[in-house]
Amino acid sequence: MALLEVKNLNVYYGVIQALKGISFEVNEGEIVALIGSNGSGKSSTMKAIMGLVHPKSGEVIYNGEKITHTPTCEIVKKGMTQVLEGRHIFQELTVHENLMLGAYARRDAEEKKNDIKKMFELFPRLEERKNQIAGTLSGGEQQMLAICRALMSKPKLLLLDEPSMGLSPILVKEVFDIIKEIHNRGTTILLVEQNASKALAICDKAYVLETGSITLSGTGSELRNNDKVKKAYLGGE
Amino acid sequence: MIDIINTFINGLSLGGIYAMIALGYTMVYGIAKMLNFAHGDIIMVGGYTLFVAIGLFGNPILAIVVAIILCGVLGVLMEKLAYKPLRGASPLAVLITAIGVSYLLQSLSQIIFGAGTKYVNMPNWGSITLGSLRIQVYTLVTLIASVVIMVALSVFIKYSKTGRAMIAVSEDRAASELMGINVNTIITITFLIGAMLAAVASTFYLLKAPSISPTFGSMPGIKAFTAAVIGGIGSIPGAMIGGILLGVIEVFTNSIPAIAPYTDAIEFTILIIILLVRPTGLLGKKRREKV
Repeated sequence: MALLEVKNLNVYYGVIQALKGISFEVNEGEIVALIGSNGSGKSSTMKAIMGLVHPKSGEVIYNGEKITHTPTCEIVKKGMTQVLEGRHIFQELTVHENLMLGAYARRDAEEKKNDIKKMFELFPRLEERKNQIAGTLSGGEQQMLAICRALMSKPKLLLLDEPSMGLSPILVKEVFDIIKEIHNRGTTILLVEQNASKALAICDKAYVLETGSITLSGTGSELRNNDKVKKAYLGGE
Repeated sequence: MIDIINTFINGLSLGGIYAMIALGYTMVYGIAKMLNFAHGDIIMVGGYTLFVAIGLFGNPILAIVVAIILCGVLGVLMEKLAYKPLRGASPLAVLITAIGVSYLLQSLSQIIFGAGTKYVNMPNWGSITLGSLRIQVYTLVTLIASVVIMVALSVFIKYSKTGRAMIAVSEDRAASELMGINVNTIITITFLIGAMLAAVASTFYLLKAPSISPTFGSMPGIKAFTAAVIGGIGSIPGAMIGGILLGVIEVFTNSIPAIAPYTDAIEFTILIIILLVRPTGLLGKKRREKV
């Protein structure tokens, strides 16, 4: 059984249809990538899964349970969360406070402390800046914080929306290394990326979105060798 | 000199009342992103509750507790019935609804209690003398109580889990939802706190001048809203500073006979000047654009 199943999802913004009957699956233990250009519906898909936008029709099934109309905060408690595009850290709060908010729905105070320690092992730079106001962090550090904060809810499935956006090539590599590391530690990942080559290199399978529809799907290597994908997304010959 | 100190203490005391009300405006604005123009009328409901409850129980403390609870319930109901259905609607629709709620409350109180002024039998604590300084006890009570409440509220916001969630929601609603924060609950708590503070303000007002009419809340509401905007709407310390500043200015202007009749005009002129110089108010933040 798939951990996440999206069935025939339709999303409208006013009269504009952003998603036109999207269906796909994420199995436990996978990294699944959604690739596509700006405005193809990647972020809308993520938001519809998390209940941040309401689909007009279609279903989202997580862990065998229909969550299409479940409030976002309840979905988070079930073990799925998202890192929003553009990080969305709480700028006025400290790094530590941001992390604690990530664990807002949890009630295990001791475990939370342990998990924060684990985050700091993964990202020593965040520990150095523990009491710093998050708005003063660099772009890369903010992205790390956003990812850590999401991990603090102990998700089974983590949705990452454009984690490499706006970062230098070195940081992009670092972010992808971290995604692999999180995956190795047992978190299933649904990844949205404009950086198609990096995404296809680490994913088990991928779906290509074009103006609200899935036009191609396959394993990472299949798509990397697909002529259409090469031409449109890999800047290739 | 003694007169100046006395006026200053009175100003701080009035400022404390404005701050109590301004906090309601600013917290609701910061968290629910709306201006609750019916906030002033919660003060009025608190006043009539005191009027009835003192008549019923005779005990002012009990009456104050009843007023705070009732206003809290009113704030929550107001949010659930009038504003929650409009979440996501245009700000103009919400604003008009708020004005509608305000008139509804005023009309209801007029139907129930009549349009005339009612006398509320608040306790009279007299005054105390410190050297040549003579201060009304209610002034001191107001001053001390408002400081205690402001400190308690600041501690609550900064250190409690719910308080941090309130900051989170005011900064970024979508990200807050993704933390597992129930934004609706946080908004309800905000209305609850704001309305309870309005009831406290109502008590202070009636200790000063114990009469009430259906429009009792209008002027304090507008003044406190001005204070919230001066301090920077959405900012909790801003509402406190704005409230105290406005209270002190009001009492000082009132104490000079030549300009006393123009007190309100002077206060609103200060608002206009501050908005011209600093459109976000004294402590207001410019919303940082997100990359």
